[in-house]
Amino acid sequence: MIRKQAKKISFIISWLLAVLVELMVENDVTQPEANEPYYLYLLGIVGVIIIVCYLGSFFKNNISKKLDDYLQKKAPLFAGGILLINIINIVCSKLALLPVLFFPSLDRIFGALVNDRVLLGECILASAKLLLIGFLIGGITGFFTGILIGFNKVAAYWINPLTKVIGPIPPTSWSPLVLSIFSTSYQAAIFMVALSVWFPITVMTSNGISNVNQTFFEVAETVGASKRYQIFKVGIPAAMPNVFLGLFYATTGAFVTLVTAEMFGCKSGIGWYLNWQKSMMLYANVYAGLIVLAVLCNLIIKILFKVRTGLLGWQKGVIKW
Amino acid sequence: MVEKSGNIVIENVSKYFDQADGSVLTALDGVNLNIKPGSFVSLIGPSGCGKTTLLRAIAGLNCADKGNIFLDNELIKGPSYERGFAFQQANLYPWLNIEKNISFGLRARGIYKEKKEDVKEYIEMVGLKGFEKSYPHQLSGGMNQRASLARALVGHPKVLLLDEPFGALDAFTRMNMQDEILRIWKQQNMTMIMVTHDVDEAVYLSDQVVVMTPRPAKIEKIIDIELSRPRARGNHDFLNYRTKILKILNYAGTNKEPEFYL
Repeated sequence: MIRKQAKKISFIISWLLAVLVELMVENDVTQPEANEPYYLYLLGIVGVIIIVCYLGSFFKNNISKKLDDYLQKKAPLFAGGILLINIINIVCSKLALLPVLFFPSLDRIFGALVNDRVLLGECILASAKLLLIGFLIGGITGFFTGILIGFNKVAAYWINPLTKVIGPIPPTSWSPLVLSIFSTSYQAAIFMVALSVWFPITVMTSNGISNVNQTFFEVAETVGASKRYQIFKVGIPAAMPNVFLGLFYATTGAFVTLVTAEMFGCKSGIGWYLNWQKSMMLYANVYAGLIVLAVLCNLIIKILFKVRTGLLGWQKGVIKW
Repeated sequence: MVEKSGNIVIENVSKYFDQADGSVLTALDGVNLNIKPGSFVSLIGPSGCGKTTLLRAIAGLNCADKGNIFLDNELIKGPSYERGFAFQQANLYPWLNIEKNISFGLRARGIYKEKKEDVKEYIEMVGLKGFEKSYPHQLSGGMNQRASLARALVGHPKVLLLDEPFGALDAFTRMNMQDEILRIWKQQNMTMIMVTHDVDEAVYLSDQVVVMTPRPAKIEKIIDIELSRPRARGNHDFLNYRTKILKILNYAGTNKEPEFYL
């Protein structure tokens, strides 16, 4: 019981510590001032969330119970997160142990998020569009290539070596070739993102299909299913867990490619933003862009997980994730 | 009354497998067998004697290299729903619920709508009423095996081929399933051919027991089980048949070690 409470309280203690450090210790003189104490604002928001959650967990209803369980499970993690930010604050702002040009204060990083919100919003939309188009093209072609390889021996013979040769090459290293083939750099960027999605999906789909229990097909044959029916109702559903694994690899790969691809002549997007701010030596904005990137990537993975849980609910009892 | 169908004629069937070392293994060597419509036949023999190969050839899952197999005078060229197959493992599709697993073949053939009642009937017959919406991983091995039987039966095959269908089950579930299969057999009046390692099972269920020899894989002897049904497992005649088959198996085995212990 005490242990459980201690776990819950760790979050509050870590938060208090962060607030104390920020309020009691002056920033190093070499660290440029931000126009507003944004880091303190953020801690304030966290404080409000803490108060609401902890008060909420004291009641005797269902929501309270869930909240209480959640806090007990996650409070140490949140405490650790705040502690890490606190340490960064001490090292960068309070003591200025690292070059202040490359390691700006938290105030200025969060300030960049607030001040550049319109531009960042536009960049997110532009990147999301590029990502979506690239993902759709790469995902659909990859899925069909994978099915073709998985079911057709001739296709496997000719295409498999090709994927083995093309696959390991980072998609962005095609840029000189791609930029000269496509008329706009935007198309080139789409192509590179699509390529980075195509490879993992192709490999995982074909792999999934060739690993399907052969008896599953034999069963289908003995109850009168046509070859076509077997592909769509046995092969593909059985390969779906693998396809999703491919999707997860593809997402992280697509982000890496996105950032590089947007550096070539794109006028918007997170990658462009990062590159531009870096060339202007505005590292606070670079970090703000990185935070946006991380949140975006996690969001997409989270959505994928939700879709998978919905689609592959049957797997729960079969495979542990 | 329609004329009984489900007559299987096996003519001179041979099957060879290429071995990893380049030699050729004779899995079946000129097997001849005529199985009467509506009878229950067991194929028994030491492991590796080609029983399953023969069963799979009847199903059309792997074709014979020599010889022909006919179902009601029609040459078997490939798998068909006319010859239902119950595999050693249930092999239900884990992404489909029990109802959809059982009706899979009907859906594949596009006759699910007309045969919906059949699906219900077979689910009830194998005792899975109330589990239609359950997924295979939520049910026991025995229940899954029954569902797979229903899946093989619901398409009204002329012949049901059983490849050690109860091998993976515990002794009690196994005996229950044997009674169940007998009930279905009587009710549906279809031909059943079963591969088994279990002499008791073969004597308990079959009209005829086909004893096979290992390498070269041939039929050693066909024994008619002339016991009235329902049969008692401990009965004197029953034990006689059992001993008789075991003797043949020991004689038939190339190993000094007997395959079966008493």
